[in-house]
Amino acid sequence: MRNLTDGREQIEVDATNIGELVAQLDARFPGFRARLCADNEDRIRPNIAVMIDGRTARKSMGEQVAEASEVHFLPAISGG
Amino acid sequence: MSTNGYKVIGSRPIRHDGVDKVTGRAKYGADVQLTGMLYGKVLRSPHPHAKLKGIDTSKAEALPGVKAIATAADLPQIADKIADLGEAVVNLRDSSNNVLAYGKVLYRGHAVAAVAATSRHIAAEALELIQVEYEPLPHVTSVLEAMKDDAPILHEDLKMTEMGEETDKVSNIANHFQHKQGDPEAGFTEADMVIEREFETATVHQGYIEPHNATAEWNEEGHLTLYTSTQGAFSVRDQLVEILQIPVSKVTVVPMEIGGGFGGKISVYLAPVAAVLSRKTGHPVQMTMDRDEVFIGSGPTAASYLKIKMGATNDGRITAATAYMAYEAGAYPGSPVGAGAGCILTPYRIPNVQIDGYDVCVNKPKSNAYRAPGATNAAFGSETVVDELAEALGIDPLEFRIKNGVTEGDRRPDGPEHPRIGCIETTEAAKSSAHYGASLEPSSDGKLRGRGVASGYWFNFNGGRSAISVSVNDDGSINMLEGSTDIGGSRASISMMLAETLGLSAKDINPRVVDTDAIGYTDATGGSRTTFATGYAAHATGKALICEMKKRLAQAWEVSADAIDFKDGLFSYKNDEEKRGTFKELSGKIGGTGGPLVAQISTQPDGSGGGAFATHIVDVEVDPETGKVDILRYTAVQDVGTAIHPSYVEGQLQGGVAQGVGWALNEEYIYNTDGGMTNSSFLDYRMPTSLDLPMIETILVEVPNVSHPYGVRGVGEVPIVPPPAAIANAIYRATGTRMYELPMSPPRLASQMAKNA
Repeated sequence: MRNLTDGREQIEVDATNIGELVAQLDARFPGFRARLCADNEDRIRPNIAVMIDGRTARKSMGEQVAEASEVHFLPAISGG
Repeated sequence: MSTNGYKVIGSRPIRHDGVDKVTGRAKYGADVQLTGMLYGKVLRSPHPHAKLKGIDTSKAEALPGVKAIATAADLPQIADKIADLGEAVVNLRDSSNNVLAYGKVLYRGHAVAAVAATSRHIAAEALELIQVEYEPLPHVTSVLEAMKDDAPILHEDLKMTEMGEETDKVSNIANHFQHKQGDPEAGFTEADMVIEREFETATVHQGYIEPHNATAEWNEEGHLTLYTSTQGAFSVRDQLVEILQIPVSKVTVVPMEIGGGFGGKISVYLAPVAAVLSRKTGHPVQMTMDRDEVFIGSGPTAASYLKIKMGATNDGRITAATAYMAYEAGAYPGSPVGAGAGCILTPYRIPNVQIDGYDVCVNKPKSNAYRAPGATNAAFGSETVVDELAEALGIDPLEFRIKNGVTEGDRRPDGPEHPRIGCIETTEAAKSSAHYGASLEPSSDGKLRGRGVASGYWFNFNGGRSAISVSVNDDGSINMLEGSTDIGGSRASISMMLAETLGLSAKDINPRVVDTDAIGYTDATGGSRTTFATGYAAHATGKALICEMKKRLAQAWEVSADAIDFKDGLFSYKNDEEKRGTFKELSGKIGGTGGPLVAQISTQPDGSGGGAFATHIVDVEVDPETGKVDILRYTAVQDVGTAIHPSYVEGQLQGGVAQGVGWALNEEYIYNTDGGMTNSSFLDYRMPTSLDLPMIETILVEVPNVSHPYGVRGVGEVPIVPPPAAIANAIYRATGTRMYELPMSPPRLASQMAKNA
């Protein structure tokens, strides 16, 4: 993701859910949404996991985030 | 009786399925017998890489007893689509092309066609009559060779994804990603000691004893019923729906008992093929792999190349680390490098870190998950470098790990913070163990002895969907239906959590793993999730039953439900001695209050709670003449959260160690120059047996998982992570020879010792 954010590791945005967060990131860093979401789909790609304050977002774009939440976008991992 | 404050949790009841398992009555996939059943066999490619020019099945079809032949032409052509199958993310086009090759074969053993016949022998004979025209292509079976620009290309349409962005470069490298924090170069400058090493690990197989099997019955109404050995019946259903492009309502998957999976029984291989053959013949069709097919035609785990650099100050503080990780995906993208990269340096607090992962296609079977996928390869490299750093700095290797160990609030290299975890506690328990405190006596017959340690981490998937359905009998016993395949005693552990919640005993619960029509969607048994997540559902089900029981008792006792208390397994109404009793005593006395007492609950925990940490200690003895390594003593220490059934927790640790020892010392796919595996039998693919291992000691460190009502932490995967590194470190202490390649088999170790001499 850092190649979209000029190398910045952390970005602060005002959002109440993941959908808003992605929209704001895309407005500031064009291409963000395309990186996270499949074409014309309003959901996070299945090979990307979204973690909010250490928990996994289960409702994709609708998942709520709090004022001081920390959100990570990570490769989805499968276990054995 | 447990000593942890619980009545059932922490005790060791006999498993519900134990008698059936030891008496041979338990039904496995190959035990299925259906009226009119046919038998299917698969024709596999003799080439590691070739174009499929044509398949002539006419002679095979003419053989008496042959009922149908299937090729990729019988499967719908599926678009490039990434699907989340609960526990695994797969490209469905690749999955389809892997079960029956389309256009090209990509490894020796790739399925090309399949026959259904009245006997296995006729099916096997028919395979020899199928004429396949191949155009052989150059092949590549090494990750570093496959990454070169002039390497043979497996997929002409595969463009490399670089740091999240698809490029125009056609390559075997499907993906390059990076995790980075801080400034590694500055961190190395700050260090007093920097060590950089390269490592290689071989392709290894999960080695489950029961081969893959599938029995399909596609009836006249278009409904497909599939009996199979799987870690996830719903995952199989999803894959059948997608690969065959049929409605989900038309598929029922019946999970049979499973003879091992370890990650390798989530993907389907035979199921879609058996289904197609059943549809074509109108008969049930049973397919089972033999051992050779399991090796060459299913999904082993990735071979890998790693380069790891780590720096520390003289007082033992790690300042920086980098890891370059290239993992073989096999024939299609999707190696476990992502998971490996998320685990490789996670036991340590490192301010400056960079991890680069590469997912690389080679002409080998599509790699699959294997117990903590990717983490064992990774730890072999990182824990060897940690050991070398500690030695160079003159610090005890466990003290070095404690000094740099992570705790709550520290960040993982991939970003998120650790919640409450047991990394430090585990390493401290190892340091104070009887094993670590005991001296290792020298051998009296000229052999060389040494002790090694290593740590490991695995994420644990504290989430996914699980469902439980229960019905209460008049005697207070409970029939409990679940959708989680029981691989390691989960029937018992999940029953125990329901029993604990209700104040019952484990034997009061009658658990059954049922088919996909009989229970709500349940994700696969994998990622160390089942005891956590399905146990979470069992607890919620118990709570629901308590609530319903209060309503029923309110009617029976003619009081308000809110006034009924449930505590320590006892329902009571104020101090009324007539209105009190246990769940078991009262469940038969609520007749006329609303029919049978039942509950169905589905849950999806939020994934929080953190991962599992382990530290292992091993004593080895090396024969300097042959390079053979014997394990003298082994202790596995692990944060297990709350040990629900300690015997099965210990068994998970011991099983993980046994597999890790095999990976460390002997197991590998040996390829010839023609791209073929030359040791595809248990005679030549050397897994350890009970004769090769001592009794593996375990120390259970219980740091309860705050995200689970009973503190459950997944335990099944992390115990395979430390063994290769711990053994490598022990070999070094014994011989003075550092091993950087797996397996550390006798010829490889003897050769390296000779070089060093």
